[in-house]
Amino acid sequence: MPETWWDQMLYMITLLLKIAAVVVPLILAVAYYTYMERKVIGFMQVRRGPTRIGPLGLLQPFADTFKLLLKEIVLPANADKFLFLLAPVLALAPAFAAWVVIPFNDTMVIADIDAGLLYILAMSSVGVYGLIIAGWASNSKYAFLGALRSSAQMVSYEIAMGFALIGVLILSGTLNLREIVLAQQGGLLDWFWLPLLPLFVVFVISGLAETNRAPFDVAEGESEIVAGFHVEYSGAAFAVFFLAEYANMILISALTAILFAGGWLSPFEGLWFIGDTFLGQGSIFWFLAKTLFFMYLFLWWRATFPRYRYDQIMRLGWKVFVPITMVWVMVAAVFSVLGIVVRGS
Amino acid sequence: MSSLPQSTQTAQKQTEMAEIRNYTMNFGPQHPAAHGVLRLILEMDGETIVRADPHIGLLHRATEKLAESKPYNQTVGYLDRLDYMSMMCNEHAYVRAIEQLLGIELPPRAQWIRTMFDELTRFSNHLLWIASCGLDLGAMSMFIYAFREREMIMDMYEAVSGARMHANYYRPGGVYRDLPESMPKYKETPWTKGKDLKRRNEWREGSLLDFIEAFAKDVPSKIDIYETLLTDNRIWKQRTVNIGIVSPERAVQMGFSGVMLRGSGIEWDLRKKQPYAMYDQVDFDIPVGVNGDCYDRYLLRVEEMRQSARIVLQCVDWLRKNPGHVMLKNFKIAPPTREEMKDDMEALIHHFKLFTEGYCVPAGETYAAVEAPKGEFGCYLVSDGANKPFRLHFRAPGFAHLAGMNEMTQGHMLADAVAIISTLDLVFGEVDR
Repeated sequence: MPETWWDQMLYMITLLLKIAAVVVPLILAVAYYTYMERKVIGFMQVRRGPTRIGPLGLLQPFADTFKLLLKEIVLPANADKFLFLLAPVLALAPAFAAWVVIPFNDTMVIADIDAGLLYILAMSSVGVYGLIIAGWASNSKYAFLGALRSSAQMVSYEIAMGFALIGVLILSGTLNLREIVLAQQGGLLDWFWLPLLPLFVVFVISGLAETNRAPFDVAEGESEIVAGFHVEYSGAAFAVFFLAEYANMILISALTAILFAGGWLSPFEGLWFIGDTFLGQGSIFWFLAKTLFFMYLFLWWRATFPRYRYDQIMRLGWKVFVPITMVWVMVAAVFSVLGIVVRGS
Repeated sequence: MSSLPQSTQTAQKQTEMAEIRNYTMNFGPQHPAAHGVLRLILEMDGETIVRADPHIGLLHRATEKLAESKPYNQTVGYLDRLDYMSMMCNEHAYVRAIEQLLGIELPPRAQWIRTMFDELTRFSNHLLWIASCGLDLGAMSMFIYAFREREMIMDMYEAVSGARMHANYYRPGGVYRDLPESMPKYKETPWTKGKDLKRRNEWREGSLLDFIEAFAKDVPSKIDIYETLLTDNRIWKQRTVNIGIVSPERAVQMGFSGVMLRGSGIEWDLRKKQPYAMYDQVDFDIPVGVNGDCYDRYLLRVEEMRQSARIVLQCVDWLRKNPGHVMLKNFKIAPPTREEMKDDMEALIHHFKLFTEGYCVPAGETYAAVEAPKGEFGCYLVSDGANKPFRLHFRAPGFAHLAGMNEMTQGHMLADAVAIISTLDLVFGEVDR
């Protein structure tokens, strides 16, 4: 393979374009996810949500963004300035970087690497540093409590989440996200959510806890510790945390779709009347539809549930989820060995 | 030269001195769960509360002192602003104290109207309570749902007194005016028209009484909605069951009243034990708790809402059948109507005298209390025979409840403190007065 500087340059440019093709829609998705959140929760709470800016309030996310960007970033006098400003970046970077291995359909993936799942786990673990550093560098008691809570919570739920992923690994036999999806071929009932139902539930709930969303939003704990780890942040620095949180929510939704709901595969695959149409074919449409569905669940739960207390979350994580996942990993192994669930059937 | 060893010495000293200490946290007054302006100094051991020290006085407005410099009838407006979530109940305690000293008997219709509006006030207070408690514990939909219903009660206030919150409706000698024969309706706007407008005006076609009846009949179904969201919710129960327990003995010793007392299992309600207004003629039950925890207090308040709706319906029934005066026909105490004032010289003089110097209340002292939504709201009045009170003191239920804060929160976690503050149902207007 002749490697001239031009080839390398071309490679770099295409790579950057690919990254832009993922990141720009992602930022837009985050913007409209906030809009969707306000509309969906507004609907559940018998009110309208944003209506004023643009038709149906559609320009509201941009108004919010500009407002936040134009605001002053207040640096608390006692904060560690460097870490204080580093923390939002540390929170945001992994949330975006994780998208590199997400397969949108059979061919659309930036890096089709074999350790994709491990990479995702690593990235989501790095994300917690942003929160801890933010809480620590702020030098405020509320932020400090928020940081402690979020680190403890994310570490413990990562374990339940990791076990849930082991079940997927056992059934699919690969760490490559694209191949995990391909292992689920065959329609709605062949996806992993069915044989791994307890793991699926645990994964979705752990995902909720990982992203610090209601009812697990103790790290923010609006009514207890005001805003938790980002209580001292304002303006663009706050916006970056916000962006990271929502990007993470979308990431977890996409991951749930890939790992348990067959990624881009169609639920009607092989069905006699619909199997040959567009709906019966796997496509990015199905991937987005499934991701949207899980994103909607995040909002639905936020409107419904009261907030857990910090120690109750820990109890749920360690005493309920970890044992359940451990048992079901065994069950999944038995499924795999006895050939009850066959890969890519 | 000596700076370096000295600093090393200090550092060494510091490491020797270093010991694990509890840290204090300033909870409020600028805090989302402070319910106004509560300043709580929390001594924390990790997330566990070792000591809670409530600081009050940030909303002190010297109502009692102000009352000493005004004729009796001009103080009523200040009463709305004490517990600004249960406006008319505060007024009730104050006007009852004056009426007791004056020794006057009210027209029954006024008493029934007071009973009805006391209960509507209780309802609106509990709605706001369930809204803010839900919000404090993260169930934010409750907030909007409860405010939707509360808006109706605000409309009733407005229809009867002209003000949505600070009604100034009860007067010594009765109530300001009779219930209106029509309800204000929503007007057509570009956003509310056609079917939507009709639905919103559905209950408002008839008189205020029709509106109140429609509301009171419908509202139990709304309470069912709240209960579906909260009562059997595991998270809600985990957050409230066995949190902030008060034993019956301590509840009595600390002077608790209202739901805080009944939640601990003590059957005490002024509406039953020392009936005032028309409470001895209406049929209702008093729910009593068992454990004295936050969950019991939640259940009690929900049940009280249902009972309030029941009382309101009985009042509507009586008020429909019995028209009559709503104000004492004694112009030394109650002002004559506007029409009389325009025709009759004597009425004009009465009017002038009443609104400039008021009236003199016979010397003596009295205590009048009502079962306000938050507990026993009392008014202790000393008169020296002048047209102003010699001394006026309000017994605010929230003040006693807040005093139990330290005892209730000890050993609980930070998030529980929020739940406990919530179920104390504090309003700083009355605590600080």
